[in-house]
Amino acid sequence: MALDFGTRAADMPDDAVLTVTAVSKRFGGVRAVEEVSIAVRRGAIASIIGPNGAGKTSLLNMISGFYKPDSGVITFEGRDITRARPADVAALGIARTFQNIALFGGMTVLDNIMLGRHVRMKAGVLSSFVYWGLAQREEVAHRARAEELIDFLELQDLRKQQTSALAYGLRKRVELARALALDPKLLLLDEPMGGMNQEEKEDMARYIIDVNEQWGTTIILIEHDMAVVMDISDRVSVLDRGRKIAEGTPFEVQRDPGVIHAYLGGHHEQEWAA
Amino acid sequence: MSIAITLPQLLRRNAERMPERAALREKDLGIWQPYSWRSYWEEVRDFASGLAASGFAPGDKLSVIGENRPRLYFAQLAAQSLGGIAVPVYQDAIATELAYVLDHAETSVVVAENQEQVDKILSLKDRLPLLKLVVYDDPRGLRNYHDPILKPYEAVAAEGREFAAAHPGYVEAAIARGRPDDVTLFSYTSGTTSRPKGVMLSHANLLSAAAVLAEAEGVRPDDEHLAYLPMAWVGNSLLSLALHLWVGFTVSFPEKPETLQRDLRELGPTIALAPPRYWENALTAIMVRAADATPLKRHVFDFFRRVAERAQLCGTEGRPVPLGLRLSHAIGEVLVYGPLRDQLGLRRARLVYTGGAPLGTEIFRFFRSVGINLKQAYGATELSGLCSVQPEDEVDLDTVGRAFGGVEIRIDDTGEVLVRSGGVFKGYYKQPEATSAAITEDGWFRTGDAGLIDRRGHLVIVDRAKDVGKLADGTALAPQFLENKLKFSPYIGEAVVFGDAQPFVAAIIAIDAATVGNWAERRNLAYTSFQDLSARAEVRELIRDEIRKCNAALPTPIRLRRFLVLNKEFDADDDEITRTRKIRRRFVAEKYGAVVEAFYRDAADVELSTEITYEDGRKAMLHSTLTIGDVDEPAPAAEMAAPVGRLVPVPAEG
Repeated sequence: MALDFGTRAADMPDDAVLTVTAVSKRFGGVRAVEEVSIAVRRGAIASIIGPNGAGKTSLLNMISGFYKPDSGVITFEGRDITRARPADVAALGIARTFQNIALFGGMTVLDNIMLGRHVRMKAGVLSSFVYWGLAQREEVAHRARAEELIDFLELQDLRKQQTSALAYGLRKRVELARALALDPKLLLLDEPMGGMNQEEKEDMARYIIDVNEQWGTTIILIEHDMAVVMDISDRVSVLDRGRKIAEGTPFEVQRDPGVIHAYLGGHHEQEWAA
Repeated sequence: MSIAITLPQLLRRNAERMPERAALREKDLGIWQPYSWRSYWEEVRDFASGLAASGFAPGDKLSVIGENRPRLYFAQLAAQSLGGIAVPVYQDAIATELAYVLDHAETSVVVAENQEQVDKILSLKDRLPLLKLVVYDDPRGLRNYHDPILKPYEAVAAEGREFAAAHPGYVEAAIARGRPDDVTLFSYTSGTTSRPKGVMLSHANLLSAAAVLAEAEGVRPDDEHLAYLPMAWVGNSLLSLALHLWVGFTVSFPEKPETLQRDLRELGPTIALAPPRYWENALTAIMVRAADATPLKRHVFDFFRRVAERAQLCGTEGRPVPLGLRLSHAIGEVLVYGPLRDQLGLRRARLVYTGGAPLGTEIFRFFRSVGINLKQAYGATELSGLCSVQPEDEVDLDTVGRAFGGVEIRIDDTGEVLVRSGGVFKGYYKQPEATSAAITEDGWFRTGDAGLIDRRGHLVIVDRAKDVGKLADGTALAPQFLENKLKFSPYIGEAVVFGDAQPFVAAIIAIDAATVGNWAERRNLAYTSFQDLSARAEVRELIRDEIRKCNAALPTPIRLRRFLVLNKEFDADDDEITRTRKIRRRFVAEKYGAVVEAFYRDAADVELSTEITYEDGRKAMLHSTLTIGDVDEPAPAAEMAAPVGRLVPVPAEG
């Protein structure tokens, strides 16, 4: 496929909330991400798919500030975040969940979610001490938001449970709640359905769509389950060995011969069509 | 008792007399939020005005579907305020059942709790030509639904406020026009035998049933109730609607079904009514936790359980409790009974009832022995709920108590129980023949239950009149009595007993998946599915032991001889039980005819093809060969050869 992987800023939609332009990242001799450009529209659910080692998580790590790209530019709402630190990226309104669950196992569901509000809390140690009333009001407001999320993700019966004692699918849901506690404009989900059974996957897909509809949150999703990706994404980008090999609506990508070849290794056209 | 007020009139009166008292309470964002009587009334008024604005007329029907939510109550009372009829339906009903009820009731407005229920209703829209409006409470997931028939609850209430501004006093006038004798609620019977029937109840029916209950049991305005029963069950309409309005106590709503146990503990309701199934499950849960506890805790629990039962026995037999036992009981109160009641959320419970179907004596005795004032109540949908309950100081495990004041009970010459009271319904909707068969000319309702009245004037229910049978040798057999005995075993979830006109008694058993699964795990018995587990020889052996224990307490002729462990649970989606968990005996006997035949043919196993229905209505066939279990007692052949009526000696069991 003769795709132009160069700078395509001109092609970027005007209402793009996130633009990744010709970004590359090497780890020693390994070219994890090479000249990848992606633009995500405000309010979209965009998926990034590709075989293992295609560079999906590395790309997500660059967006969220965990890695610094070797070259290229990342902007969020028109602001250059290429070199921003993770905490600053989070403060701008980009939240993420991790492929391997990263919760505080000894803390309750509620505490984990409240922790996600931390970035939004203004009262520091000193002001908490001096302006006790203000700090308390703030705490109440944050708790109310945490309760809204508990309600939204139907975690009411688990509020006071330690997260380490929860089933895997539920912990994934708590992680989503914690990410949402940041009130993000952009939500990065790294394999939110990995290791889930069919019912849990359907529930999670439902929640992702609900989050998108309810708050208009833009979502970038890395996922292996093709059925889910094709069902809920507005746009799909396909990575293979660090390069973007295709992009389009789920319908277009499914029928792209280059994708079928690269991603499935040739003779699996029926599976794709199914 | 004659009732001169309607439900909405009562709501207005409560709002005037005690505007600031909490009428309802719901948990929102983790905090219990009250609705005062005044805001209850205002919500009802707004929604009623909204319904009026959309053309809702007297006699129109409004259905609510969902878990107990305040707004579903507002909607019901709003419809009733306009002279309409509330038709609550079972929230877990599958589409075809729902279509039947909504179509039969001619529902024009449905108020649904959430997206799940809205989806169900929209899928039936084409079959419900009279349906004009579907209102939803929780907007979640419904943003992109553009069906013009759909409206959010807030929109209807907002239209209502506009309508009320343009037509001041409209709803108030409609309420004032209401007459106590108007039909105001259709309660669809769960129908153990046939299609559900729409039981028409008037304001006076519901309120007189509430009034006699309040009078007999001393229900107070400071009582607390947690509404967790299905809204479509008449017991819920009696407690959370009629009795609530009549007495003016507070009704709370669980946050969601999964939090019920915690909500019960937080609130400590003083009034509770639950069907036998609930108590059976609660007991099973206790037994499972006791079995999983450390040996010391288990021994403590077992010891004090026996203490409680002995003390209980002294009490019922009227003997004084010996001092030692009294001491042990006091220690048990601190160590076991109190914490147990607390865990069940019944620490403050004053009036606790089981009703809807008989509860096994052993289960009943257990709860009473740990200090829960559980009482058997008797009633029927056609009687607006309850009509008798055991009086406080005459609780007896075998009776359903004495009729409330103002309720007459008699037994006709066929042994059927007849009841006459202010609660006797107005008839089955659109079924005049069934109505005249159920109500006699002088106003008695034929309950269809076989019963008798004992020396103290207590009503004793034997079984459904049509279910009481006779073994081939003439021994009377009440299947339900045996089933309840069987269900005391934590491993037996459901049982259906056969034996009418047969030489001996046999049963189909559905194991309790949770407890048997637990049992299997403790024994390192690997299994893949319910089907696999239920077919295990070890499980059959376990059930055989449980039946032996049960048999030990039974007279020889009605001891169980053969049984089959079913490879599935009885399921309301398969029509095997009703939504209120009553076995549809006839249906089961027919469906599992091959099993019954194999029982009495003395076959060792049986080929079974059963149809199962998934939650979404899809059906599948399940083929299997199931092994029939024998309980070692005299062979049926020997029994048959014995002269009729002679008791065959039974060898002692090890």
